[in-house]
Amino acid sequence: MKFPIYLDNHSTTPMDPRVLESMLPYFTEKFGNSASRNHAFGWEAEEGVENARKQIAKLIHADAKEIVFTSGATESNNLALKGVVEMYHEKGDHIITSSTEHRAVLDTAKALEAKRGVKVTYLPVDKFGMVNPEDVRNAITDKTILISVMFANNEIGTINPIKEIGKIAKEKSILFHCDATQGVGKVPIDVQDMGIDLMSFSAHKIYGPKGVGALYVRKKNPRVRIAAQMDGGGHERGMRSGTLPVPLIVGFGKACELGEQEMAADGARLSVMRDRLHTTITNALEEVYLNGHPTQRLPHNLNISFAYVEGESLLMGCKEIALSSGSACTSATLEPSYVLRALGVGAELAHSSIRFGLGRFTLDEEVDYAGKRIIEVVTKLREMSPLYEMAKEGIDLKSVQWAAH
Amino acid sequence: MAYSEKVVDHFNNPRNMGSFKKEEDGVGTGIVGAPECGDVMKLQIKVENETIVDAKFKTFGCGSAIASSSLATEWLKGKTVEEAGRIKNTDIVQELNLPPVKIHCSVLAEDAIKAALADYQKKADPK
Repeated sequence: MKFPIYLDNHSTTPMDPRVLESMLPYFTEKFGNSASRNHAFGWEAEEGVENARKQIAKLIHADAKEIVFTSGATESNNLALKGVVEMYHEKGDHIITSSTEHRAVLDTAKALEAKRGVKVTYLPVDKFGMVNPEDVRNAITDKTILISVMFANNEIGTINPIKEIGKIAKEKSILFHCDATQGVGKVPIDVQDMGIDLMSFSAHKIYGPKGVGALYVRKKNPRVRIAAQMDGGGHERGMRSGTLPVPLIVGFGKACELGEQEMAADGARLSVMRDRLHTTITNALEEVYLNGHPTQRLPHNLNISFAYVEGESLLMGCKEIALSSGSACTSATLEPSYVLRALGVGAELAHSSIRFGLGRFTLDEEVDYAGKRIIEVVTKLREMSPLYEMAKEGIDLKSVQWAAH
Repeated sequence: MAYSEKVVDHFNNPRNMGSFKKEEDGVGTGIVGAPECGDVMKLQIKVENETIVDAKFKTFGCGSAIASSSLATEWLKGKTVEEAGRIKNTDIVQELNLPPVKIHCSVLAEDAIKAALADYQKKADPK
Protein backbone atom coordinates (compact mmCIF):
# COMPACT_ATOMS: atom_id res chain seq x y z
CA MET A 1 0.00 0.00 0.00
CA LYS A 2 1.29 3.46 -0.90
CA PHE A 3 0.98 6.45 1.44
CA PRO A 4 -0.63 8.90 1.66
CA ILE A 5 -3.94 7.31 0.67
CA TYR A 6 -6.20 9.50 -1.46
CA LEU A 7 -9.86 9.48 -0.39
CA ASP A 8 -10.79 13.00 -1.49
CA ASN A 9 -12.12 12.27 -4.97
CA HIS A 10 -14.93 14.86 -4.73
CA SER A 11 -12.25 17.50 -4.61
CA THR A 12 -10.39 16.26 -7.63
CA THR A 13 -9.38 12.95 -9.19
CA PRO A 14 -6.06 11.63 -10.44
CA MET A 15 -5.87 11.61 -14.21
CA ASP A 16 -6.44 8.24 -15.83
CA PRO A 17 -3.22 7.19 -17.67
CA ARG A 18 -5.33 6.50 -20.77
CA VAL A 19 -6.49 10.12 -20.70
CA LEU A 20 -2.94 11.40 -20.46
CA GLU A 21 -1.91 9.21 -23.38
CA SER A 22 -4.67 10.65 -25.57
CA MET A 23 -3.55 14.19 -24.75
CA LEU A 24 0.19 13.93 -25.31
CA PRO A 25 0.31 14.31 -29.13
CA TYR A 26 -1.70 17.54 -28.85
CA PHE A 27 1.02 19.22 -26.81
CA THR A 28 3.73 18.59 -29.38
CA GLU A 29 3.23 17.46 -32.99
CA LYS A 30 -0.51 18.30 -33.14
CA PHE A 31 -0.10 21.72 -31.54
CA GLY A 32 -2.27 23.70 -33.95
CA ASN A 33 -4.94 26.24 -33.11
CA SER A 34 -8.29 24.61 -33.76
CA ALA A 35 -9.56 27.94 -35.10
CA SER A 36 -6.93 28.03 -37.87
CA ARG A 37 -9.08 27.15 -40.86
CA ASN A 38 -6.52 27.33 -43.64
CA HIS A 39 -3.79 24.83 -42.82
CA ALA A 40 -3.29 21.23 -41.75
CA PHE A 41 -2.15 22.12 -38.22
CA GLY A 42 -5.46 23.78 -37.55
CA TRP A 43 -7.49 20.97 -39.16
CA GLU A 44 -5.74 18.35 -37.08
CA ALA A 45 -6.42 20.24 -33.83
CA GLU A 46 -10.01 20.87 -34.88
CA GLU A 47 -10.49 17.18 -35.53
CA GLY A 48 -9.27 16.44 -31.99
CA VAL A 49 -11.67 19.00 -30.54
CA GLU A 50 -14.68 17.84 -32.56
CA ASN A 51 -14.06 14.22 -31.68
CA ALA A 52 -13.93 15.15 -27.98
CA ARG A 53 -17.12 17.17 -28.36
CA LYS A 54 -18.87 14.03 -29.64
CA GLN A 55 -17.50 11.87 -26.82
CA ILE A 56 -18.66 14.39 -24.22
CA ALA A 57 -22.08 14.87 -25.81
CA LYS A 58 -22.63 11.12 -26.02
CA LEU A 59 -22.08 10.66 -22.28
CA ILE A 60 -24.92 13.07 -21.45
CA HIS A 61 -27.15 12.26 -24.46
CA ALA A 62 -26.68 15.65 -26.08
CA ASP A 63 -25.69 16.80 -29.55
CA ALA A 64 -22.04 17.72 -30.06
CA LYS A 65 -23.08 21.23 -31.14
CA GLU A 66 -24.60 21.79 -27.71
CA ILE A 67 -21.25 21.58 -25.87
CA VAL A 68 -19.53 24.89 -25.03
CA PHE A 69 -16.02 24.54 -23.67
CA THR A 70 -15.00 26.59 -20.63
CA SER A 71 -12.18 26.59 -18.10
CA GLY A 72 -14.15 24.46 -15.65
CA ALA A 73 -17.45 24.09 -13.82
CA THR A 74 -17.09 27.38 -11.94
CA GLU A 75 -16.93 29.25 -15.23
CA SER A 76 -19.77 27.15 -16.64
CA ASN A 77 -21.98 28.03 -13.67
CA ASN A 78 -21.10 31.71 -14.00
CA LEU A 79 -21.77 31.64 -17.73
CA ALA A 80 -25.11 29.86 -17.30
CA LEU A 81 -26.52 32.14 -14.61
CA LYS A 82 -25.09 35.45 -15.81
CA GLY A 83 -25.61 34.56 -19.47
CA VAL A 84 -29.29 33.70 -18.97
CA VAL A 85 -30.01 36.72 -16.75
CA GLU A 86 -28.42 39.07 -19.27
CA MET A 87 -30.17 37.46 -22.25
CA TYR A 88 -33.64 37.14 -20.74
CA HIS A 89 -33.80 40.17 -18.43
CA GLU A 90 -36.76 41.55 -20.32
CA LYS A 91 -38.77 38.40 -19.58
CA GLY A 92 -38.17 38.52 -15.85
CA ASP A 93 -35.79 39.00 -12.97
CA HIS A 94 -36.33 36.00 -10.73
CA ILE A 95 -34.24 32.87 -10.38
CA ILE A 96 -34.73 29.83 -8.17
CA THR A 97 -31.88 27.83 -6.72
CA SER A 98 -31.19 25.76 -3.61
CA SER A 99 -29.36 26.47 -0.39
CA THR A 100 -26.87 23.61 -0.76
CA GLU A 101 -25.54 24.55 -4.20
CA HIS A 102 -21.81 24.88 -4.72
CA ARG A 103 -20.39 28.33 -4.01
CA ALA A 104 -19.89 28.85 -7.74
CA VAL A 105 -23.69 28.97 -8.08
CA LEU A 106 -24.54 30.64 -4.75
CA ASP A 107 -21.96 33.39 -5.06
CA THR A 108 -22.93 34.00 -8.69
CA ALA A 109 -26.57 34.31 -7.60
CA LYS A 110 -25.57 36.72 -4.84
CA ALA A 111 -23.54 38.79 -7.29
CA LEU A 112 -26.58 38.97 -9.59
CA GLU A 113 -28.73 40.11 -6.67
CA ALA A 114 -26.26 42.81 -5.71
CA LYS A 115 -25.23 44.04 -9.15
CA ARG A 116 -28.27 43.45 -11.34
CA GLY A 117 -31.13 43.56 -8.85
CA VAL A 118 -32.11 39.98 -9.63
CA LYS A 119 -34.40 38.33 -7.08
CA VAL A 120 -33.23 34.90 -5.96
CA THR A 121 -35.16 32.22 -4.09
CA TYR A 122 -32.88 29.85 -2.18
CA LEU A 123 -34.94 26.72 -1.62
CA PRO A 124 -34.47 24.78 1.60
CA VAL A 125 -33.60 21.07 1.49
CA ASP A 126 -34.96 18.21 3.58
CA LYS A 127 -32.93 16.47 6.30
CA PHE A 128 -31.23 14.33 3.66
CA GLY A 129 -30.21 17.36 1.61
CA MET A 130 -32.80 16.88 -1.11
CA VAL A 131 -34.75 19.60 -2.90
CA ASN A 132 -38.51 18.99 -3.00
CA PRO A 133 -39.81 19.48 -6.57
CA GLU A 134 -43.06 20.88 -5.17
CA ASP A 135 -41.05 23.63 -3.47
CA VAL A 136 -39.65 24.48 -6.89
CA ARG A 137 -43.17 24.63 -8.34
CA ASN A 138 -44.41 26.83 -5.51
CA ALA A 139 -41.51 29.26 -5.85
CA ILE A 140 -42.20 29.95 -9.52
CA THR A 141 -43.60 33.40 -10.34
CA ASP A 142 -44.41 35.03 -13.69
CA LYS A 143 -41.00 36.71 -13.44
CA THR A 144 -39.01 33.46 -13.06
CA ILE A 145 -36.49 32.99 -15.86
CA LEU A 146 -34.23 30.28 -14.50
CA ILE A 147 -34.21 27.30 -12.13
CA SER A 148 -30.74 26.14 -11.08
CA VAL A 149 -30.52 22.97 -8.99
CA MET A 150 -27.45 20.78 -8.61
CA PHE A 151 -27.45 17.16 -9.70
CA ALA A 152 -25.57 15.77 -6.69
CA ASN A 153 -24.08 17.54 -3.74
CA ASN A 154 -20.32 17.72 -3.44
CA GLU A 155 -20.24 17.25 0.34
CA ILE A 156 -22.96 14.75 1.13
CA GLY A 157 -23.47 13.13 -2.28
CA THR A 158 -27.27 13.44 -2.18
CA ILE A 159 -28.81 13.16 -5.64
CA ASN A 160 -31.68 15.56 -6.36
CA PRO A 161 -34.91 14.56 -8.16
CA ILE A 162 -33.68 16.22 -11.35
CA LYS A 163 -36.17 14.64 -13.73
CA GLU A 164 -39.13 15.85 -11.65
CA ILE A 165 -37.70 19.36 -11.48
CA GLY A 166 -37.01 19.28 -15.22
CA LYS A 167 -40.62 18.34 -15.86
CA ILE A 168 -41.91 21.26 -13.81
CA ALA A 169 -39.54 23.64 -15.61
CA LYS A 170 -40.84 22.37 -18.99
CA GLU A 171 -44.47 22.72 -17.93
CA LYS A 172 -43.87 26.33 -16.93
CA SER A 173 -41.52 27.07 -19.86
CA ILE A 174 -38.71 28.12 -17.55
CA LEU A 175 -35.07 27.33 -18.31
CA PHE A 176 -33.47 24.66 -16.13
CA HIS A 177 -29.77 24.74 -15.34
CA CYS A 178 -28.13 21.86 -13.50
CA ASP A 179 -24.68 21.90 -11.93
CA ALA A 180 -23.78 18.27 -12.56
CA THR A 181 -20.09 18.52 -11.71
CA GLN A 182 -20.29 15.68 -9.17
CA GLY A 183 -22.69 13.52 -11.17
CA VAL A 184 -21.39 13.40 -14.73
CA GLY A 185 -19.42 10.23 -15.42
CA LYS A 186 -20.45 8.78 -12.05
CA VAL A 187 -24.16 8.13 -12.53
CA PRO A 188 -26.21 8.06 -15.76
CA ILE A 189 -27.31 11.52 -16.90
CA ASP A 190 -29.59 12.11 -19.86
CA VAL A 191 -30.31 15.77 -20.60
CA GLN A 192 -33.23 14.81 -22.86
CA ASP A 193 -34.94 12.50 -20.43
CA MET A 194 -34.27 14.81 -17.48
CA GLY A 195 -35.37 18.00 -19.19
CA ILE A 196 -32.12 19.85 -18.56
CA ASP A 197 -31.55 23.01 -20.65
CA LEU A 198 -28.10 24.00 -19.40
CA MET A 199 -25.61 21.83 -17.54
CA SER A 200 -22.21 22.52 -16.01
CA PHE A 201 -19.46 19.95 -15.52
CA SER A 202 -15.71 19.58 -15.63
CA ALA A 203 -12.98 17.14 -16.61
CA HIS A 204 -10.89 16.92 -13.46
CA LYS A 205 -13.69 15.31 -11.43
CA ILE A 206 -13.83 12.41 -13.86
CA TYR A 207 -10.15 11.47 -14.16
CA GLY A 208 -9.46 14.13 -16.77
CA PRO A 209 -7.22 17.20 -16.71
CA LYS A 210 -7.75 20.34 -14.61
CA GLY A 211 -8.52 23.58 -16.44
CA VAL A 212 -11.30 22.48 -18.76
CA GLY A 213 -15.04 22.14 -18.38
CA ALA A 214 -18.19 22.44 -20.39
CA LEU A 215 -21.57 24.05 -20.41
CA TYR A 216 -24.26 22.10 -22.19
CA VAL A 217 -26.58 24.59 -23.91
CA ARG A 218 -29.75 23.12 -25.41
CA LYS A 219 -30.25 23.90 -29.12
CA LYS A 220 -33.79 22.60 -29.65
CA ASN A 221 -37.04 22.65 -27.64
CA PRO A 222 -36.26 25.28 -26.58
CA ARG A 223 -33.28 26.90 -28.28
CA VAL A 224 -31.45 28.40 -25.32
CA ARG A 225 -29.54 31.63 -25.79
CA ILE A 226 -27.00 33.04 -23.40
CA ALA A 227 -25.09 36.30 -23.42
CA ALA A 228 -21.33 35.72 -23.66
CA GLN A 229 -19.35 36.77 -20.61
CA MET A 230 -16.04 36.68 -22.46
CA ASP A 231 -15.66 38.81 -25.58
CA GLY A 232 -13.14 38.09 -28.28
CA GLY A 233 -12.77 35.85 -31.30
CA GLY A 234 -16.30 34.48 -31.15
CA HIS A 235 -15.33 30.89 -30.44
CA GLU A 236 -17.89 28.32 -29.29
CA ARG A 237 -20.66 29.81 -31.44
CA GLY A 238 -20.03 33.20 -29.87
CA MET A 239 -20.80 32.00 -26.36
CA ARG A 240 -17.26 31.74 -25.06
CA SER A 241 -14.35 33.39 -26.81
CA GLY A 242 -10.79 32.25 -26.34
CA THR A 243 -8.44 29.82 -28.10
CA LEU A 244 -9.47 26.31 -27.17
CA PRO A 245 -7.07 24.35 -24.94
CA VAL A 246 -6.92 21.48 -27.41
CA PRO A 247 -4.93 18.94 -25.32
CA LEU A 248 -7.21 19.48 -22.33
CA ILE A 249 -10.32 19.11 -24.47
CA VAL A 250 -9.00 15.91 -26.05
CA GLY A 251 -8.37 14.56 -22.54
CA PHE A 252 -11.84 15.66 -21.41
CA GLY A 253 -13.33 13.73 -24.33
CA LYS A 254 -11.36 10.61 -23.51
CA ALA A 255 -12.34 10.89 -19.83
CA CYS A 256 -16.02 11.03 -20.85
CA GLU A 257 -15.64 8.06 -23.17
CA LEU A 258 -14.05 6.03 -20.36
CA GLY A 259 -16.70 7.29 -17.97
CA GLU A 260 -19.43 6.00 -20.21
CA GLN A 261 -17.76 2.60 -20.53
CA GLU A 262 -16.79 2.14 -16.89
CA MET A 263 -19.41 4.06 -14.93
CA ALA A 264 -21.56 1.05 -14.11
CA ALA A 265 -18.67 -1.17 -13.00
CA ASP A 266 -16.96 1.66 -11.06
CA GLY A 267 -20.20 2.60 -9.32
CA ALA A 268 -21.03 -0.97 -8.35
CA ARG A 269 -17.54 -1.63 -6.99
CA LEU A 270 -17.27 1.66 -5.09
CA SER A 271 -20.70 1.48 -3.49
CA VAL A 272 -19.86 -1.96 -2.05
CA MET A 273 -16.55 -0.60 -0.73
CA ARG A 274 -18.25 2.51 0.63
CA ASP A 275 -20.94 0.50 2.41
CA ARG A 276 -18.34 -1.80 3.94
CA LEU A 277 -16.42 1.22 5.26
CA HIS A 278 -19.61 2.62 6.74
CA THR A 279 -20.55 -0.68 8.41
CA THR A 280 -17.04 -1.20 9.80
CA ILE A 281 -17.12 2.23 11.40
CA THR A 282 -20.65 2.02 12.80
CA ASN A 283 -20.02 -1.47 14.19
CA ALA A 284 -17.00 -0.24 16.12
CA LEU A 285 -18.12 3.21 17.24
CA GLU A 286 -21.23 4.61 18.89
CA GLU A 287 -22.84 7.93 17.95
CA VAL A 288 -21.78 8.03 14.34
CA TYR A 289 -24.26 9.85 12.12
CA LEU A 290 -24.66 9.59 8.37
CA ASN A 291 -25.01 12.93 6.60
CA GLY A 292 -27.00 12.93 3.37
CA HIS A 293 -29.45 10.50 1.86
CA PRO A 294 -29.15 6.81 2.83
CA THR A 295 -29.85 5.56 -0.71
CA GLN A 296 -30.22 8.47 -3.16
CA ARG A 297 -26.53 9.32 -3.06
CA LEU A 298 -23.42 9.08 -5.19
CA PRO A 299 -21.93 5.57 -5.06
CA HIS A 300 -18.50 6.78 -4.01
CA ASN A 301 -19.56 9.21 -1.28
CA LEU A 302 -19.69 8.73 2.48
CA ASN A 303 -20.15 11.66 4.85
CA ILE A 304 -20.38 10.97 8.56
CA SER A 305 -20.21 12.89 11.83
CA PHE A 306 -18.43 11.51 14.87
CA ALA A 307 -20.04 13.04 17.96
CA TYR A 308 -17.66 14.62 20.53
CA VAL A 309 -14.72 14.76 18.11
CA GLU A 310 -13.74 17.84 16.11
CA GLY A 311 -13.14 17.20 12.41
CA GLU A 312 -9.83 18.94 11.93
CA SER A 313 -8.23 17.08 14.82
CA LEU A 314 -9.53 13.86 13.32
CA LEU A 315 -7.91 14.69 9.98
CA MET A 316 -4.71 15.59 11.81
CA GLY A 317 -4.78 12.27 13.64
CA CYS A 318 -4.83 10.31 10.40
CA LYS A 319 -2.88 12.58 8.12
CA GLU A 320 -1.60 9.67 6.06
CA ILE A 321 -5.12 9.63 4.57
CA ALA A 322 -6.36 12.53 2.42
CA LEU A 323 -9.91 13.36 3.54
CA SER A 324 -12.01 16.44 4.01
CA SER A 325 -14.13 17.81 6.86
CA GLY A 326 -17.06 20.18 7.31
CA SER A 327 -15.35 21.63 10.36
CA ALA A 328 -14.93 25.40 10.51
CA CYS A 329 -11.24 24.89 11.17
CA THR A 330 -10.77 23.43 7.71
CA SER A 331 -12.75 26.10 5.85
CA ALA A 332 -11.62 29.48 4.65
CA THR A 333 -14.67 31.16 6.18
CA LEU A 334 -14.21 29.76 9.72
CA GLU A 335 -17.83 28.63 9.66
CA PRO A 336 -18.87 24.97 9.72
CA SER A 337 -20.27 23.52 6.49
CA TYR A 338 -23.29 25.49 5.25
CA VAL A 339 -24.46 22.35 3.45
CA LEU A 340 -24.71 20.36 6.68
CA ARG A 341 -26.29 23.34 8.43
CA ALA A 342 -28.93 23.51 5.68
CA LEU A 343 -29.84 19.87 6.41
CA GLY A 344 -30.49 20.85 10.01
CA VAL A 345 -27.32 19.18 11.29
CA GLY A 346 -26.31 20.95 14.51
CA ALA A 347 -23.15 23.06 14.44
CA GLU A 348 -21.38 20.68 16.83
CA LEU A 349 -22.00 17.72 14.52
CA ALA A 350 -21.07 19.77 11.45
CA HIS A 351 -17.71 20.43 13.10
CA SER A 352 -17.39 16.66 13.56
CA SER A 353 -18.03 15.59 9.95
CA ILE A 354 -15.69 13.74 7.63
CA ARG A 355 -16.20 13.24 3.90
CA PHE A 356 -14.82 10.12 2.23
CA GLY A 357 -14.61 10.32 -1.55
CA LEU A 358 -13.68 7.01 -3.19
CA GLY A 359 -12.55 6.81 -6.78
CA ARG A 360 -11.69 4.61 -9.76
CA PHE A 361 -8.20 3.94 -8.39
CA THR A 362 -9.17 3.33 -4.77
CA LEU A 363 -8.15 -0.12 -3.53
CA ASP A 364 -9.99 -2.37 -1.08
CA GLU A 365 -6.99 -2.43 1.25
CA GLU A 366 -6.85 1.37 1.30
CA VAL A 367 -10.47 1.63 2.39
CA ASP A 368 -9.98 -1.06 5.02
CA TYR A 369 -6.92 0.74 6.35
CA ALA A 370 -8.82 4.03 6.47
CA GLY A 371 -11.66 2.43 8.42
CA LYS A 372 -9.25 0.94 10.95
CA ARG A 373 -7.38 4.22 11.42
CA ILE A 374 -10.53 6.33 11.75
CA ILE A 375 -11.78 4.03 14.50
CA GLU A 376 -8.42 4.29 16.34
CA VAL A 377 -8.23 8.05 16.08
CA VAL A 378 -11.87 8.69 17.03
CA THR A 379 -11.42 6.43 20.08
CA LYS A 380 -8.28 8.32 21.10
CA LEU A 381 -9.84 11.75 20.58
CA ARG A 382 -12.99 10.79 22.46
CA GLU A 383 -10.78 9.82 25.42
CA MET A 384 -9.42 13.34 25.16
CA SER A 385 -12.83 15.00 24.74
CA PRO A 386 -14.48 16.70 27.72
CA LEU A 387 -17.80 16.41 25.87
CA TYR A 388 -17.52 12.64 25.63
CA GLU A 389 -16.68 12.49 29.32
CA MET A 390 -19.70 14.63 30.21
CA ALA A 391 -21.99 12.56 28.00
CA LYS A 392 -20.72 9.40 29.67
CA GLU A 393 -21.48 10.95 33.06
CA GLY A 394 -25.05 11.36 31.88
CA ILE A 395 -24.92 15.13 31.42
CA ASP A 396 -27.19 16.42 28.67
CA LEU A 397 -24.82 18.65 26.69
CA LYS A 398 -27.74 20.68 25.40
CA SER A 399 -28.66 21.66 28.97
CA VAL A 400 -25.23 23.14 29.66
CA GLN A 401 -24.89 26.92 29.53
CA TRP A 402 -21.94 27.26 27.16
CA ALA A 403 -20.13 30.54 26.77
CA ALA A 404 -20.17 30.99 22.99
CA HIS A 405 -17.10 32.80 21.76
CA MET B 1 -3.12 23.60 7.81
CA ALA B 2 0.63 23.35 8.17
CA TYR B 3 1.33 23.23 11.90
CA SER B 4 4.61 23.75 13.71
CA GLU B 5 6.45 20.69 14.97
CA LYS B 6 5.58 21.65 18.54
CA VAL B 7 1.84 21.61 17.80
CA VAL B 8 2.15 18.23 16.10
CA ASP B 9 4.17 16.88 19.03
CA HIS B 10 1.62 18.04 21.63
CA PHE B 11 -1.19 16.65 19.48
CA ASN B 12 0.44 13.25 19.05
CA ASN B 13 1.78 13.06 22.62
CA PRO B 14 -0.60 15.10 24.75
CA ARG B 15 0.83 15.96 28.19
CA ASN B 16 -1.32 15.51 31.27
CA MET B 17 -4.46 14.38 29.48
CA GLY B 18 -7.16 13.31 31.91
CA SER B 19 -9.33 14.45 34.78
CA PHE B 20 -9.33 15.03 38.54
CA LYS B 21 -12.46 14.65 40.61
CA LYS B 22 -13.99 18.13 40.64
CA GLU B 23 -15.00 17.94 44.28
CA GLU B 24 -11.52 16.88 45.46
CA ASP B 25 -9.81 19.34 47.85
CA GLY B 26 -7.50 21.82 46.17
CA VAL B 27 -8.83 21.09 42.68
CA GLY B 28 -9.90 23.97 40.46
CA THR B 29 -11.80 23.24 37.22
CA GLY B 30 -12.23 25.56 34.25
CA ILE B 31 -14.46 24.65 31.31
CA VAL B 32 -14.55 27.17 28.47
CA GLY B 33 -15.73 27.27 24.86
CA ALA B 34 -18.86 25.82 23.27
CA PRO B 35 -19.54 22.71 21.18
CA GLU B 36 -21.21 24.73 18.41
CA CYS B 37 -18.06 26.83 18.06
CA GLY B 38 -16.01 23.68 17.59
CA ASP B 39 -13.91 23.89 20.73
CA VAL B 40 -14.39 23.14 24.42
CA MET B 41 -11.48 23.00 26.88
CA LYS B 42 -11.51 21.58 30.36
CA LEU B 43 -8.47 22.51 32.41
CA GLN B 44 -7.91 21.37 36.00
CA ILE B 45 -5.30 22.29 38.59
CA LYS B 46 -4.45 20.64 41.88
CA VAL B 47 -3.10 23.11 44.44
CA GLU B 48 -1.17 22.48 47.64
CA ASN B 49 0.13 25.43 49.70
CA GLU B 50 -0.63 27.89 46.91
CA THR B 51 1.49 25.87 44.46
CA ILE B 52 0.08 23.96 41.53
CA VAL B 53 1.33 20.42 42.01
CA ASP B 54 -0.54 18.84 39.12
CA ALA B 55 -2.65 19.83 36.14
CA LYS B 56 -4.84 17.99 33.64
CA PHE B 57 -6.81 18.78 30.50
CA LYS B 58 -9.39 17.42 28.13
CA THR B 59 -10.13 19.25 24.90
CA PHE B 60 -12.65 18.96 22.08
CA GLY B 61 -11.22 20.99 19.26
CA CYS B 62 -8.71 21.30 16.48
CA GLY B 63 -5.06 20.33 16.72
CA SER B 64 -3.93 23.71 17.98
CA ALA B 65 -6.64 23.83 20.65
CA ILE B 66 -5.43 20.45 21.91
CA ALA B 67 -1.80 21.59 21.76
CA SER B 68 -2.55 24.90 23.54
CA SER B 69 -4.23 23.16 26.46
CA SER B 70 -1.57 20.44 26.64
CA LEU B 71 1.13 23.13 26.79
CA ALA B 72 -0.85 25.06 29.42
CA THR B 73 -0.84 22.05 31.78
CA GLU B 74 2.93 21.71 31.36
CA TRP B 75 3.46 25.37 32.22
CA LEU B 76 1.06 25.33 35.16
CA LYS B 77 2.80 22.56 37.04
CA GLY B 78 5.16 23.95 39.68
CA LYS B 79 3.87 27.52 39.40
CA THR B 80 2.26 29.33 42.30
CA VAL B 81 -1.36 30.36 41.88
CA GLU B 82 -0.22 33.94 41.50
CA GLU B 83 2.36 33.08 38.80
CA ALA B 84 -0.18 30.98 36.93
CA GLY B 85 -2.46 34.01 36.65
CA ARG B 86 0.22 35.77 34.65
CA ILE B 87 0.33 33.25 31.77
CA LYS B 88 -0.73 35.11 28.62
CA ASN B 89 -2.19 33.77 25.42
CA THR B 90 0.59 35.51 23.50
CA ASP B 91 3.13 33.31 25.31
CA ILE B 92 1.29 30.25 23.97
CA VAL B 93 1.11 31.71 20.44
CA GLN B 94 4.85 32.30 20.52
CA GLU B 95 5.79 28.93 21.96
CA LEU B 96 3.62 26.95 19.51
CA ASN B 97 4.14 29.32 16.59
CA LEU B 98 0.38 29.44 15.98
CA PRO B 99 -0.86 30.95 12.70
CA PRO B 100 -3.18 34.01 12.98
CA VAL B 101 -6.38 31.99 12.39
CA LYS B 102 -5.53 29.85 15.42
CA ILE B 103 -4.91 32.64 17.92
CA HIS B 104 -8.37 32.09 19.41
CA CYS B 105 -7.16 28.65 20.58
CA SER B 106 -4.54 30.33 22.74
CA VAL B 107 -7.13 32.81 24.04
CA LEU B 108 -9.32 29.89 25.01
CA ALA B 109 -6.40 28.28 26.86
CA GLU B 110 -5.76 31.50 28.80
CA ASP B 111 -9.48 31.69 29.62
CA ALA B 112 -9.38 28.09 30.81
CA ILE B 113 -6.43 28.81 33.12
CA LYS B 114 -8.25 31.85 34.55
CA ALA B 115 -11.46 29.84 35.01
CA ALA B 116 -9.62 27.01 36.79
CA LEU B 117 -7.85 29.49 39.10
CA ALA B 118 -11.11 31.27 39.88
CA ASP B 119 -12.81 27.95 40.65
CA TYR B 120 -9.95 26.96 42.96
CA GLN B 121 -10.11 30.29 44.81
CA LYS B 122 -13.87 30.11 45.13
CA LYS B 123 -13.60 26.65 46.67
CA ALA B 124 -10.70 27.66 48.97
CA ASP B 125 -12.37 30.82 50.17
CA PRO B 126 -16.15 30.53 49.91
CA LYS B 127 -17.77 33.79 50.87
